[in-house]
Amino acid sequence: MSEVIVITSGKGGVGKTTSAANIGTGLALSGHKTVLIDTDIGLRNLDVVMGLENRIVYDLVDVVEGNCRVKQALIKDKRYDGLYLIPAAQTRDKSAVKPSQMIQLCDELREEFDYILIDCPAGIEQGFKNAIAGADRAIVITTPEVSAVRDADRIIGLLEANEVRNPKLLVNRLRADMVRRGDMMSIDDIIDILAIGLIGVVPDDEKIVVSTNRGEPAICDNKSLAGQAFRNVVRRIKGEEVPFMSLTEDQGFMPKLKKLLGLKAN
Amino acid sequence: MLLDLGRLFGRTKRSKDVAKERLKLVLIHDRANVSPQFLEMLKSEIIKVITNYMDVDESALDIQLTKTKSDDGQSVVPALYANIPIRNIRNSGK
Ligand SMILES: Nc1ncnc2c1ncn2[C@@H]1O[C@H](COP(=O)(O)OP(=O)(O)OP(=O)(O)O)[C@@H](O)[C@H]1O
Ligand SMILES: [Mg+2]
Repeated sequence: MSEVIVITSGKGGVGKTTSAANIGTGLALSGHKTVLIDTDIGLRNLDVVMGLENRIVYDLVDVVEGNCRVKQALIKDKRYDGLYLIPAAQTRDKSAVKPSQMIQLCDELREEFDYILIDCPAGIEQGFKNAIAGADRAIVITTPEVSAVRDADRIIGLLEANEVRNPKLLVNRLRADMVRRGDMMSIDDIIDILAIGLIGVVPDDEKIVVSTNRGEPAICDNKSLAGQAFRNVVRRIKGEEVPFMSLTEDQGFMPKLKKLLGLKAN
Repeated sequence: MLLDLGRLFGRTKRSKDVAKERLKLVLIHDRANVSPQFLEMLKSEIIKVITNYMDVDESALDIQLTKTKSDDGQSVVPALYANIPIRNIRNSGK
C-alpha cells in the first residue's frame, strides 16, 4: 500500500527540502519506488538539492493544467533506482495549483509508487494547503529554537484541523555541545512542549552543506552523522523500531551524539 | 571548559530554560487564540458549573489568560484569571 507523506514546518529554512531529498533517496535506496513532489511553486529548490536541475522539462503546474501527462513530468534519478522528482514551477505562484488537484495527482501516483513525498513551502497559506491536501501523514520539521518550535506548534494544530492525523516530529540542526551546556533546548524539552511523537533527530552537520553543493544527498555518505540520522528516519518511516537515546550527563561528546542518533554507543 | 560562575551559584538561568519557559507561555496564548471561541466556551462551561452552587453576575464575569510568578518565585507560569462576582450562595449545594 502506498503512502503520501508531507514534510512541513511553518517556519522557513529549517530543513524541509534537505529532509525531503534525504528521506526520499533513502526510501528509494531501501527498495521502495518513491516520488518527490516540490510544491514550493515560485521558489523551487528540491531540484538543485537533488542535483536534477538540468533535467527539467515539465513541472507540477504543467501536470495539473494538463500541458503534459504525469509520466512526462517525472524526472528519473539515474543514480538511485526507483527515485523520481516532480519539480515545482518557477515562473508561477502558489495559486496555480488547487488542493483538489493535489489530491487527484497523489491518487494517480499511488498506483505507481510506494512512497509519495511532498516538500511543503514555508508558511500556512495556499502552498501549505496544497501540500497537505493529499497527505496521509506528516513529518513536521523544527530546529531547537523558540521561533521554529512555536511555528511547529501552529502547524501541528493546522494539520490536526485538516485531518492529517498523528504528525511526527523531526528535530533538525541539533548541536549536542550546546545542549550539554544548557544553551540549546534538548529533544526532551521540545517533545515536552509539542507533545507529539519523534521520528528523527538530525545534528547540525557541515556535510549537509557539502552534499548540497554537489547535489548528492548526505544519506549516501556513510561518514556523515546527518546521513546516519536520516537513515534512521527512513527505517522508522518503514515501521522499524530504532531506539532514541537521550543526552546523559556523564559521557563525552561523541558517544553521546552517537547514542542520540541511534548509532552504536561506542 | 570555562565555568559560568553566575550559573554555578544559581543566579543566571541556562538560556535553554529561559527559551522553554517563554515558549510555554507564548503557546498557551497561541493555542487559545487559534480558536476564538476557546475563552467563550470555557466561560460558559464555568458558569454552568458555578450556577449549581451560587448566583453569579454573568454579565460582569471576567476571564483571561495571563501569567503569574510560580510558587517558588523562580519562574513565570501561565495562569487562568477569573473574576466572578457572586450575588448569592445557594443552600441546596450542601
Ligand atoms: N542538519 C543540517 N546541518 C547543517 N545545515 C543544514 C542542516 N539542515 C539544513 N541545513 C541548511 O539549512 C538551509 C535551509 O535548508 P532547507 O532549504 O532544506 O530548508 P527549507 O525548510 O526547505 O527552507 P524553505 O522554507 O526556504 O523551503 C540550507 O542551506 C541547508 O543546507
Ligand atoms: Mg524548501
